[in-house]
Amino acid sequence: MHLKYESQLREPLVYGDKNYHQVTEDIVRPIEAKPTRLWYIGFYIAVCLLLFGVYAIYRDVTYGIGQWNLNKTVGWGWDITNFVWWVGIGHAGTLISAILLLFRQGWRTGVNRAAEAMTIFAVMCAGQFPIWHMGRVWMAFFVLPYPNSRGPLWVNFNSPLLWDVFAISTYFTVSLLFWYSGLLPDFATVRDRAFTKLRKRLYGVAAFGWTGSTKHWQRHESLSLVLAGLSTPLVLSVHTIVSFDFATSVIPGWHTTIFPPYFVAGAIFSGFAMVQTLMVIIRKVFGMEDYITMGHIEAMNKVIVLTGSIVGVAYLTELFMGWYSQNKYEGYTFWYSRAYLFSPYGWSYWGMMACNVLSPQIFWFRKMRRNLFVTFFMSIIVNIGMWFERFVIIVTSLYRDYLPSSWSVYYSPTIWEIGFYAGTFGLFFTCFFLFAKYFPVIAIAEIKYVLKTTGEGYKGRMETIEGENLESFVHEHAH
Amino acid sequence: MAKKKFVVGCFDDEAVLFPAVKKVRTAGYKIHDVYTPFAVHGLDHAMGLRETSLHTAGFIYGITGTTTALSCISWIFTKDWPLNIGGKPHFALPAWVPITFELTVLFAAVGMVLTFCYLCQLAPFVKKHHFHARATDDLFVMVIECTDKTNAEDLKGFLASNGAVETDIQVAEEGWWLGHYDKDEMRFEAKQTVAA
Repeated sequence: MHLKYESQLREPLVYGDKNYHQVTEDIVRPIEAKPTRLWYIGFYIAVCLLLFGVYAIYRDVTYGIGQWNLNKTVGWGWDITNFVWWVGIGHAGTLISAILLLFRQGWRTGVNRAAEAMTIFAVMCAGQFPIWHMGRVWMAFFVLPYPNSRGPLWVNFNSPLLWDVFAISTYFTVSLLFWYSGLLPDFATVRDRAFTKLRKRLYGVAAFGWTGSTKHWQRHESLSLVLAGLSTPLVLSVHTIVSFDFATSVIPGWHTTIFPPYFVAGAIFSGFAMVQTLMVIIRKVFGMEDYITMGHIEAMNKVIVLTGSIVGVAYLTELFMGWYSQNKYEGYTFWYSRAYLFSPYGWSYWGMMACNVLSPQIFWFRKMRRNLFVTFFMSIIVNIGMWFERFVIIVTSLYRDYLPSSWSVYYSPTIWEIGFYAGTFGLFFTCFFLFAKYFPVIAIAEIKYVLKTTGEGYKGRMETIEGENLESFVHEHAH
Repeated sequence: MAKKKFVVGCFDDEAVLFPAVKKVRTAGYKIHDVYTPFAVHGLDHAMGLRETSLHTAGFIYGITGTTTALSCISWIFTKDWPLNIGGKPHFALPAWVPITFELTVLFAAVGMVLTFCYLCQLAPFVKKHHFHARATDDLFVMVIECTDKTNAEDLKGFLASNGAVETDIQVAEEGWWLGHYDKDEMRFEAKQTVAA
């Protein structure tokens, strides 16, 4: 039968004695209610940031990226830092929905929908940076291999930058398909209880005519499982390929084989931090405490302390290799440009160390893992730290290269570089606010599926059954 | 499309649904479908549905992607425009692994989702007959197709005696057509008003 036994020692994933209908009610309520004042304020701030970003990009296109403070030596600055930062954040969603699905982690059901949405929006933001960095953005299609009248002159399939084009666009497409196929049944739920014509019509279109037929569910399960299986190596490949952008070069500090695992761990680290930031807000604003429980928050904090420590080991390994290789360029980059506090960018290295390696160690304490304020604060600290990490890797390796005569003066961004970055925050949060208002933020069908094994009410009943002595239990329950 | 007559039985618990499915099948009725709010594991076996071969299709799409990537890149870099990149070999297989992998995944995922939509006849603006609005909320809706020999009233009683909380006879079209959902009678809302 459907009732599976789960240990009483495990925390329930759904609090309150709920039935299927209540689950629907709880999750669809924010969609059917009018947006709160808080939602409007947040949404308008996001739109303002987005508009500022649009203006910054308009200037980039009009005047060229010369309005950024990049120079001959620091040819990659804030834009690539932001690109890697956003792509990294975009890793948690697919990790939660794919890898945790394959590992049969029940707690993913509460957070996967919002995490996947976050992934998609983060990858959209990431994509902006390489595109607008092209300067002549109307030629962006040159990155695609297509038969053309210039020879045909093809793209360089041996270049990591082209691998990136394929990796990011594949990742975006597959994440979007995975997310949307999971949304179909939930859109159908919203459609079938809609009380206005417009709502019925729009969700009717969005749900693709989903009926809930058993055969469809069977195919849906097969589809989800295979997409999870495909996404698992995909998510690892994406940040691996992003790290190849650096690792296949001959720049000191970039030219290392440790980069792929180190980048992937960092991506998961920052992605989970962003999921935490959003989850703490969502559970509060929409009253989803029964579905996004302290157990969920704690599980994610455990991932944060694990991946943060992996990243820490990677930093120390790099430092060690900087000395052990006896390569003076590597040694200079790691021990002067980065680790020496009073070098021009030493502050960013130690900021990174403090945010990414030292502060997450607080999560070894259960009490801290289950503290919402600490979680929220730490999630922001981690993302600041991960931004510093990319800045450190990119700028401290570039600003003093092999040739001292081309060493650059201090690189700092212009308002238009900052504006572009702020604009992607606007894009991200505009999308996220719209998602939170119009989409089921928790996967309704998946919660119903785990309700009878992990719901508090059902677990409570199982406990009573366990407490009874066997003879009277058999007497009462045998048919 | 031709209209058919169906007997509909709604269950509110999958634990009741399973024995009912078994009894309906042993009694010789033909289950048209069971509509459920979530994937009820084992229901497909209980109904005697065959396994889906969607994953096989996914595999075929995947190797199509692999082949496309490898054949295109090797043709481009060895025959069509052998570009000299730092004197490295034209046939640089290891450097093509990332793109080959990405295209494998892309083809498999896109192909599978399109096949899924085709098999289940899912698309925007597609409309189907819904036997019960709460089938996507909290009811497990068993739909049995009536033949000439079926006594619909008897069947309703049979379903009710097997735990159906609601039974109904509906004449409905099979398949799908283009349409909007707002043209529906909104039964769910009507139900709520009655309840209140």
